[in-house]
Amino acid sequence: MSTVMMSPQALQQKRGLLLGVRGWTAVLSALAVLTVLIPLLNRVVPADSVFHLSDYAVGLTGKILCYAICALAMDLIWGYTGILSLGHGLFFALGGYGMGMYLMRQIGRDGNYKSDLPDFMVFLNWKDLPWTWALSDSFIAQMALVVLVPGLLALVFGWFAFRSRIKGVYFSIITQALTYAAMLLFFRNETGFGGNNGFTDFKRILGQPIATPTTRITLFIITGATLVGFYLLARWIVNSKYGRVLQAIRDAETRVMFTGYNPLAYKLSIWTLSAVMCGVAGALYVPQVGIINPSEMSPSAGIEIAIWAAVGGRATLIGPIIGAFFVNGAKSWFTVAFPEFWLYFLGALFIAVTLFLPQGIVGLFKRFSRSAADTANDAANRTHA
Amino acid sequence: MTVTRRTFTTSLTAVALAAGLYAVPAFAQETIKVGVLHSLSGTMAISETVLKDTVLMAIEEINAKGGVLGKKLEPVVVDPASNWPLFAEKARQLISKDKVAVTFGCWTSVSRKSVLPVYEELNSLLFYPVQYEGEELSKNVFYTGAAPNQQAIPAVEYLMSKDGGSAKRWVLLGTDYVYPRTTNKILRSFLKSKGVADADIMEEYTPFGHADYQGIIAKIKKFAGEGKKTAVVSTINGDSNVPFYKELGNQGLKATDVPVVAFSVGEEELRGVDTKPLVGHLAAWNYFMSIKSPANTAFVKQWSDYAKAKGIAGHKDKPLTNDPMEATYIGIHMWKAAVEKAKSTDTDKVIAAMAGQTYPAPGGFVSTMDAKNHHLHKPVFIGEIKADGQFGVVWKTKGPVRAEPWSPFIPENKGKKDEPEKK
Amino acid sequence: MRCLFWIFCLLGALCPPLVFALTPEQAGQIAAGDLDDRIKTLNAVVAEADTALEPFVKALLDEAVKTSAGKAYIVADGKTVEAATGKPAVLPADAEDTVTNNRMRRELESAIAVLRLVSPDRAVRAAAITELKDQVDEGKLGLIDKATTAETDPELKARLQLLRAAVLISSDDPAKRLTAAKALSGSSSPATRSLLLEKLGSEPDATVKAAIQAALDSVQGQLVWGERLGLLFTGLSLGSILLLVALGLAITYGLMGVINMAHGELMMIGAYATYVVQNLFKNYLPGAFDGYILVAIPAAFLASALVGAVLERTVIRWLYGRPLETLLATWGISLVLMQAVRSIFGAQNVGVENPAWMSGGVQVLPNLVLPYNRLAILVFAALVLLAMAALIGKTRLGLFVRAVTQNRRMASCVGVNTSRIDMLAFALGAGIAGLAGCALSQVGNVGPDLGQGYIVDSFMVVVLGGVGQLAGTVYAALGLGLMNKLLEGWAGAVLAKIMVLVFIVVFIQKRPQGIFAVKGRSAEA
Repeated sequence: MSTVMMSPQALQQKRGLLLGVRGWTAVLSALAVLTVLIPLLNRVVPADSVFHLSDYAVGLTGKILCYAICALAMDLIWGYTGILSLGHGLFFALGGYGMGMYLMRQIGRDGNYKSDLPDFMVFLNWKDLPWTWALSDSFIAQMALVVLVPGLLALVFGWFAFRSRIKGVYFSIITQALTYAAMLLFFRNETGFGGNNGFTDFKRILGQPIATPTTRITLFIITGATLVGFYLLARWIVNSKYGRVLQAIRDAETRVMFTGYNPLAYKLSIWTLSAVMCGVAGALYVPQVGIINPSEMSPSAGIEIAIWAAVGGRATLIGPIIGAFFVNGAKSWFTVAFPEFWLYFLGALFIAVTLFLPQGIVGLFKRFSRSAADTANDAANRTHA
Repeated sequence: MTVTRRTFTTSLTAVALAAGLYAVPAFAQETIKVGVLHSLSGTMAISETVLKDTVLMAIEEINAKGGVLGKKLEPVVVDPASNWPLFAEKARQLISKDKVAVTFGCWTSVSRKSVLPVYEELNSLLFYPVQYEGEELSKNVFYTGAAPNQQAIPAVEYLMSKDGGSAKRWVLLGTDYVYPRTTNKILRSFLKSKGVADADIMEEYTPFGHADYQGIIAKIKKFAGEGKKTAVVSTINGDSNVPFYKELGNQGLKATDVPVVAFSVGEEELRGVDTKPLVGHLAAWNYFMSIKSPANTAFVKQWSDYAKAKGIAGHKDKPLTNDPMEATYIGIHMWKAAVEKAKSTDTDKVIAAMAGQTYPAPGGFVSTMDAKNHHLHKPVFIGEIKADGQFGVVWKTKGPVRAEPWSPFIPENKGKKDEPEKK
Repeated sequence: MRCLFWIFCLLGALCPPLVFALTPEQAGQIAAGDLDDRIKTLNAVVAEADTALEPFVKALLDEAVKTSAGKAYIVADGKTVEAATGKPAVLPADAEDTVTNNRMRRELESAIAVLRLVSPDRAVRAAAITELKDQVDEGKLGLIDKATTAETDPELKARLQLLRAAVLISSDDPAKRLTAAKALSGSSSPATRSLLLEKLGSEPDATVKAAIQAALDSVQGQLVWGERLGLLFTGLSLGSILLLVALGLAITYGLMGVINMAHGELMMIGAYATYVVQNLFKNYLPGAFDGYILVAIPAAFLASALVGAVLERTVIRWLYGRPLETLLATWGISLVLMQAVRSIFGAQNVGVENPAWMSGGVQVLPNLVLPYNRLAILVFAALVLLAMAALIGKTRLGLFVRAVTQNRRMASCVGVNTSRIDMLAFALGAGIAGLAGCALSQVGNVGPDLGQGYIVDSFMVVVLGGVGQLAGTVYAALGLGLMNKLLEGWAGAVLAKIMVLVFIVVFIQKRPQGIFAVKGRSAEA
C-alpha cells in the first residue's frame, strides 16, 4: 500500500464551487491556452515568425495531451485508491482500435486495392467483414464501442479480480499478463485487426480529410477540452464522500471493510471509469498520430503510464498531467539530441522518483512553497518578537 | 501558496524549458540535410543500425569529393526505436523541422507504411533499401530493395529445378506480419500455376521474437516424410532466425534432405549462429559479400576501413556487408546524381531526374533505376551457406531483372499501372 | 643392388600410396561442368567401388578442390596435388573453386556411403548403411547385393536387406515388389514411410497395393510413439527453461517479497558473461574451447550475483515493504542495464556457439532426435534445483534466509545480520538468473533484449506456483511447459501462449495463493 499522506488543507471540502478562485482561474486559463492561444499561434501567426507553433509541435502536444488523460486516469486508481495497474495501455489501445476501425472504413475505396474491405483483409484473402466490424460504418456506434469495450472488459476483469480480493503486486502482475495476452492476440493477423501493421493510412474523419491542418487543430482543441473536462470530473469525484472512501481504501482497506463499507463497489466503479477515460484518450490519439498498432498494448506502455503519474506526483491530479508532459517532452528531446542516452535518463528517472521523490514534481514544489512560507512566517514572527 | 521570488523563478524556468522544446533553430543553410530514419534501439536495431552507418559512410565519401552542387551533405540522425508511431513522428520532424531534402530509412513494412502518409502529405523523398512484399508504388518513395519477383519467385523456381533438388512439397514458414503474408500469398498462387496441389503446401506463422521452434521443426519433419521431396521457404524475420537455425541444426534436418531458403537472412543475421550444421541451406538476394568483382572488393574494403576507423561494434573486428547495405549505398549515389542532373533538391525535379539513373553496383553489374516504377533492376543470386558464415553463389540470373511491384499472381492487381498514381 | 631394391621398397612403403582408379579426365569431369554430367561420371566411377576414391570425394565435399583447364587439383594444408594421380602439382593462376550445391552434395555423400559399405571396419559399414537409408536408387543395387553377400554381421545383413527392399519396391516385377513390401513392414524409419506413401499412389497391382498398405500401417504405428515422446520432450525442455528462469525470481519474490522487474536483465548479464568467456577461450585457449561452458557457468553466476548485490545495496534496500515502488524502480534499473549492455557490446545480437559436445542430437528413435543442448539444459536445471534446495534447507545461510523471511524482527533479535542476509539472498537469486542466462545462450539469441522475452513468463510461473514454496515453482514450470506444447500442436504457438496466460489469470482468480499456498490465516485472504 502506498502511504502518500496529504496535508490537512487538501481534505477540506470545497462545497459548491468545487475549486477555489485560484483553482478556477488556473483551469480556465489552461482551457484558454489549449483552445484559443495555441490554435492562434499555429493557424493565424505567420510561419516565419518566432511565435509560430509548427504543425509538428501541435501534433506532439496533442499526443501528450492524450497521454495526460491516461495519467490522470492512473492517478484516480493508483494515487487515490491504491490499485496499481500495469495494463492500462490495453484500454488505451482498445479505444484507439475502436476509432481506428471507423477510420479504416472511411478510407472506402481509396486504399491500395480499391476494395470495400481494408487492405489488410484483402491480402489475407477475406471476402467479408468479420462480425467484430459490423458497426464500423457508423461514427456514433464506434464511439459507443470506444466507451463500451474498455469499460466492459474492465468491469468483468475487475469484478472477478476484486471479488477474489487480489491486491497489490499480484494484481499488477495479473494486469500485465492480461495486456500481454491481448497484445499477442492482436499481433495475429487472423484476429482481424491488422496484425503487426495495425491500422494506418487514414484518409477521412466525418467527411473531413484527416491530414489537413484544420482537422488537426480541431482534434487538438477537442483533446484539450476533454482533458480539462476530465480533470474537473476527477476533482469533483475526489472531493466528494465517494472520493474519501477511495482514499480510505488506499490507506487501510481492511479497516474500511470492518467499518461496514464494501470496497468492491467502490474499486470496481473507479476502475471502470479510469478504463473508459483511457479508452477515450486512445480514440483521440489515433487520428492525431495516424497509426495504431498492438505495441500500444505492450506491458512497457502500461508501465510508462504509471511512471508519468509517479513522476508528476500521485494523489494530486495535476501532478500526473505535469508528469506526462515532462517525461514525454524529455523523450522527444532526448531521442533527437542524445539518442543513446534516452533510456539511461528514463531508467534513472524511475529510480530517482521512487527513491527520492515519492511525491513527485508537485511534491517538490510543495516543499519549496512550504519552506518559503516557513521562512516568511519566521521573518514575520521575528519582527513581532 | 504565496508567490515568492523563488517560486516565480522556478515557474519561469519551467515555462522557458517547455518553450525551448519547441524552439526552431534558425541558422543559415550552407549544407544539404539528409535524414536517416533507422531504429538504433529496440528489436530492429540488430538489422538497422548498420544501415545508418552505411549512409554516414557514403555521405563522408561524397563530401570528400566536394559534396553535391557545391554544398556539403549534413546527416540528421534520429532514433525511432523500433516503434512504428514514433517512425511517423520522427519522419514529420525530419521534414518539417529539420527540412531534410531526402530521407534514407525504414526496414519493416510496418515502419514504411506508417511514414508513407507523411511523405506523401509533405511531398518529400524516401529511399527504402530493404526487400519487401511489393503491393505499393508511391510517387514519393524509391524502392532500392527487391520486389517478390526479384527474390522470392526465382528462389522457388530454383528449388523446383533439378539442380535445386526438384522440390514437390512446400513449407511456407514466416513471421506473422504483412511481408511474409503477402509473399506467401504470391508464392501460393505461383505454385498453383505450376501445378502444386494445396495439400502439398503447409503455411505456418510465428510471432515476432518467437524463440521455441521445436514444435515447428517436428511438424516440418513429419510433413517432409510424406513421400515427396520437400523444401522450406522461410520469411522468418529478425532475431527469430537464430533459434530457428540452431534448432534446425541440432535436430539433424540437413539441407540435402530438406533445404531451407530464407529471404531475410544475410551475412549479418548469421553472425550469431554456428554455421557448420547449416551448410547447404540457402538464401536469395541481389548481393552477397562473397561475390567476386572489383567493385565489391573496393566496397568491402571501404566498409572495413570505415568500421575500423569509427570503432563500429562488431564490424570493427569482423566487417560484414549485406544486401540492404548495398542497396542503401546505390540509393544515395543515385540520388546525388539525380540532384546534380536536376540542379536542385526540389522533390519533383529530383523524382523526374531519377528515372533511368545508373550506378556501378558493388554486386558487379550496372544497377538501373527504372524510368517509371521507382524500383531498381536487380539480378538475383541464390547462395548456399558455407561453414565460414559466408554464402557461396550456386545460381544467378543472366542479367538484371525488372521489378514488378504489382505482382501478377495476385488477382486484385489486375489493371494496376506500373507507375505511381499522381495524388 | 639389393640395398637399392630394399630402399625402393621402403620408400614405396613409406610414401602413402595415392593410387586412384580415376583418370585425370574423369576427375576433371566430376569437378566442373554441367551438373547432370558431373553426377553421371561420379556414379560411373563409384560403381567400380574402389575405396581409394574416398579422399577425392571427401575433398569435393570439403570444398578443397579447384579446377583449371579440365584438370582437377586438391588443395589441402597449403599443398596442391593432382586429384587423379596424387602427384604434387603447381596450382595454375586461373584455377577456380568447384561449385557444390545441395544436389551435388547429396550425390557425393551417398557416393562415400556406398564406398564405405565394403569397408573392413564394422562401425564404418553401419554408419554407411544409416547414411544410405533414404538415398538409394537402382544404380546402386549391384553394389548393395555385393555388400550383402560379403556381409558377415547378421544385424547389418538384415539392414542391408531392408535397403535392398527399398530399391526393389520400384522394380518392374510385381513378385519382387510384393516381397519388398512385406520386407519393409519391419522398418520403423520415416524414410520408409515416405517411400511407401509415394508407392501407394502409383501401384497398379492390387495384392502389392494391399501389402504396401499393411506395411505402411505397421510403420506408422511405430512412428507414432516417436511423435508422442517427442512432444513430451519438448514440453519438458520448455519446462526446464521456465524453471531455471523462474527459480531466481522465486527466491527474491517468494522469500523476500521483492518484485524484481530487472530479473530478465540479470539473465541477460549471465548470457553476456558466457559470451565473454567464449571469446576469451577462442582467443587464448582455442584447444580447450569445448570446455568453455564449464568456466562460463560460475562466471555467469558471479557476474549476475555481483550486479544483484550492488543493486540491492544501492536501490532495493531502501524500498523493502513497498513492493509497488520496488517494481517501478527495478523496471528503471532494467532500462539502464539494457542500455549499458547496448553501449558496451552493441545493439546487435552476439554469437554464442555451442561447444562441440552440445551440438547435434542423439537419435533415440528413427523419427526422434533429442538435441544435446536441450538435454544438457534439462540436466542442468535439475542440478541447480537440487543445489538450491540443499542450500536453503541444509546450510546456515539457508537457515538465516528462512528465518528472516518468517520473522525479521525476531531473527534480528537472535543475532542474524538481516541486512547482510538480504544482500546475500538477493545476490543468490540474481546469480541463479545468471545461470539461466547462460543456459538460454545455448538455445536462443543473446542480445540486449534477451530478458524482455522471459519476464512475463517467469512472473507467471512464480505467481502460479505460489509464493514462498520452491516445489510450487517446479510444478508450475513443468506444468506450464507441457501445457504450452500440447496446446501448440493443436492451436499454434500464439494461441497456445494466449490460452496459457488466460488460464493463469482465471486460476489466480479462483486461487489467489497459487498452487502451493503458505498455510496460515490472514485477514487478507
